[in-house]
Amino acid sequence: MKTAVIVFPGSNCDRDIAVALEAVTGVKPAMVWHGESDLPDGTGLVALPGGFSYGDYLRSGAVAARSPIMRAVVEAAERGLPVLGICNGFQVLTEAGLLPGALMRNEGLNFVCRDVALTVANAQSAFTSRYGQGETITIPVAHHDGNYFADAETLDRLEGEGRVAFRYAGEVNGSARKIAGVLNAAGNVLGMMPHPERRIEAAHGGADGRRLFEGLLETVGA
Amino acid sequence: MKLRIFVTLKNGVLDPQGKAIHKALDGLGFAGINDVRAGKLIELDVADDTSDASVDEMCRKLLANTVIENYRVERA
Repeated sequence: MKTAVIVFPGSNCDRDIAVALEAVTGVKPAMVWHGESDLPDGTGLVALPGGFSYGDYLRSGAVAARSPIMRAVVEAAERGLPVLGICNGFQVLTEAGLLPGALMRNEGLNFVCRDVALTVANAQSAFTSRYGQGETITIPVAHHDGNYFADAETLDRLEGEGRVAFRYAGEVNGSARKIAGVLNAAGNVLGMMPHPERRIEAAHGGADGRRLFEGLLETVGA
Repeated sequence: MKLRIFVTLKNGVLDPQGKAIHKALDGLGFAGINDVRAGKLIELDVADDTSDASVDEMCRKLLANTVIENYRVERA
């Protein structure tokens, strides 16, 4: 499967996600600069990496979401192309309107950087098929703005439609209903604050993150 | 023409920064503070013929995230 990693000024997990994608797909991802206007032909998955695009100016992900390549990403996502946004990538997806809600400053105001336990709330999606429903996995987080907010009606809808992919097992950042990752209505866009690309081999302390990429390869890879 | 855009969190949206400021003010001994909300002020210098509709669009498309924020435009 051909994959593309979008690189914004200030992205800093772009190489980590590239290593994870290559390890699982066997193909080096295309690294696509934010100023490009098109995705490479045959792209089967787009990843928006973690980091601090544009220094988090204005709001985390706000400026990146209006960059030229994001027009192509939004268009492709609307056609059904799988898009995975991790950490800052999740913030960019909400700012771009591909996912509902917003990611606000952590409730405790501190940057949180540690392993967290996550519960798989929907194991039926293209991104989560290698996990068991309700399984607890361990994935690291590293963020300052991970406090997921949406109005009650939106939260009810997300839960009712099975669009909460992951929840924090404990308190991490004040997120509404402990939401750590959400899917779009069609199920082809996932945004999550935790970093699965940092958990792909034993040397990382575990490989719980690797299954997300393996699942994707199985469900959407050609 | 100078514009001042005030971006504030909507009612009901928790404001951790406002809370921290509130606590700090309490800690300095200021009494009687009921609540603190922190927001942003963005100043724009724009062409005189810039329409209200265009300014409104700037606010909705970029300057404010209307999921969590309100905005108010003041002409200086």
